[in-house]
Amino acid sequence: MRELVVISGKGGTGKTSLTAAFAALSKNSVLCDADVDAADLHLLMNPSIVTRTDFQAGNEAVIDKALCTECGLCRELCRFNAVGEDYVIDSIACEGCGVCVDFCPVKAIAFPVKICGEWYRSDSRFGPMIHARLGIAEENSGRLVSLVRQEAREFAEAHGHDLIITDGPPGVGCPVIASLGGATAVCIVTEPTVSGLHDMERVMRLAAHFNIPGMLVINKYDLNPAMAQDIEDLARERNVACLGRIPFDPGFTRAMVQGKTIVEYEKDSELTKTVKAIWEALITSPVMNARGIKDLSYMIKPKQGENVL
Amino acid sequence: MLISVASGKGGTGKTTVATNLAYSLGKRARILDCDVEEPNAHLFLNPVFRDTETVNAEIPKVNMELCTLCRKCAAICRFRAINVVGKTVLVFPELCHSCGGCFRVCEPGALTVASRELGQVERGEAGDIAFIKGCLRVGEAMSPPLIKRVRTYEAKDRINIIDAPPGTSCPVISAMKGTDFVLMVTEPTPFGLHDLKLAVGAVKILGIPHGLVINRADMGDDRVREYAREENIPVLMEIPFDRRIAECYSRGGLIAEMVPEWKESFQELYQKIQSQVLV
Repeated sequence: MRELVVISGKGGTGKTSLTAAFAALSKNSVLCDADVDAADLHLLMNPSIVTRTDFQAGNEAVIDKALCTECGLCRELCRFNAVGEDYVIDSIACEGCGVCVDFCPVKAIAFPVKICGEWYRSDSRFGPMIHARLGIAEENSGRLVSLVRQEAREFAEAHGHDLIITDGPPGVGCPVIASLGGATAVCIVTEPTVSGLHDMERVMRLAAHFNIPGMLVINKYDLNPAMAQDIEDLARERNVACLGRIPFDPGFTRAMVQGKTIVEYEKDSELTKTVKAIWEALITSPVMNARGIKDLSYMIKPKQGENVL
Repeated sequence: MLISVASGKGGTGKTTVATNLAYSLGKRARILDCDVEEPNAHLFLNPVFRDTETVNAEIPKVNMELCTLCRKCAAICRFRAINVVGKTVLVFPELCHSCGGCFRVCEPGALTVASRELGQVERGEAGDIAFIKGCLRVGEAMSPPLIKRVRTYEAKDRINIIDAPPGTSCPVISAMKGTDFVLMVTEPTPFGLHDLKLAVGAVKILGIPHGLVINRADMGDDRVREYAREENIPVLMEIPFDRRIAECYSRGGLIAEMVPEWKESFQELYQKIQSQVLV
């Protein structure tokens, strides 16, 4: 099983639009939305939900006022300042460590399991999709990312899919770390801006830290061609192949407004051709096709008589 | 005054708004970059840092000479950061949330305090503007404690502008909690709207007054404006898509510096925020 994770460091570089286009161009793949904090891939995939499962993670301390003697020990012990002066626990601040629960001398603190969101297995016009919704202001996004990736992997293995395409979260923190472990490679989507460059450099270091090979796509390259060159040079220094440059194009936004991927919305445009060439470079890249395993290039060869998008 | 600039979706222009607002307000402003996973504000305001502090998380270290293998530490740890395997105690520093539970249950006193680096807080000035930047160590997962550390440098007599991370989970909450106003920056696209709704949900849980900046206002569709109308969220500023603005941003420039009218617009934005907070 191979998994390509699309990440960016900086948000808004075009990760999800590209992931959706890759999904449209791929064959026999499973889609996974690991940006559980602000999941957007479903807006382009319009999936129909097949199964819906609660995401339970961690616990939350709740004080029973009838039993509480207001001794103050929980307030003293809590490192997260979650116990208010009125002995009501602030559920947002509570980290779920359970220290107050264990030390309460009158056992007045319950510790119920929290439901932090839900995850879905769905069907989309481009194949099966595993995605999730994290509850607003919830914790444990890293665990939900691990869960959807695990489910995608199990589904793909059980149903003979060769590839998982994962839309990753922005940043370099907890959810991104959870989206990297065990991935075959990452596709880093960046833009030629001072922040795009800065954030890409950090996310490249993160991928290297976890030993995941990286490939690069520069979106909106014509906003600053000199910076695009700097980005490509930096990538080369880090052994990250640059697979293509995409010009700034409002077509992506127009396609999004229609709920479509760019390759459906503009079937024969230059932009679609560019995206297609990037997809082909990704899927036939050495890092996605280690020796001794099935070559993924079959995914880009049309069967006889088949009309490729 | 504490203003957090948030968005839900990444890349909508949070940092653009935060830095241009700070620049336009000059010495009255203080910027706190709480997008610690990918801090960018310094790329636009070019501060000179004169102080760097390393922020650590407290983790346990086991002294095996004192340990009785009673397993109480493993039993209290909900994060599986400490475990007893055979005759050794294993600590997984990256899983530790620094709750202090293990120290408290260890009767023989076999645990001492060690640390794991979360990242750094740098302090300095960008011209007249005080500048505080948090930067998460690459490979570190936990950002909220670092964000909270950055926020200890808020100054009561200044307009504190907090550049918040994207998303709607714990890091964003840490950056918005207790602020006087949340300025939400979005773009009028389906992704922008979807993530804006999530961000508004989070702001409402916290009960903070909020308003909207619509960036690249002439791209996409009208659904963000319709949503704002329905929800009674004031639209305080619109920034059109303009290739010159995008190019200025790409170089690390400030539109308020490039075009004086924008400086006035950002000063007006602050006045609108002030009147919203007073309401």
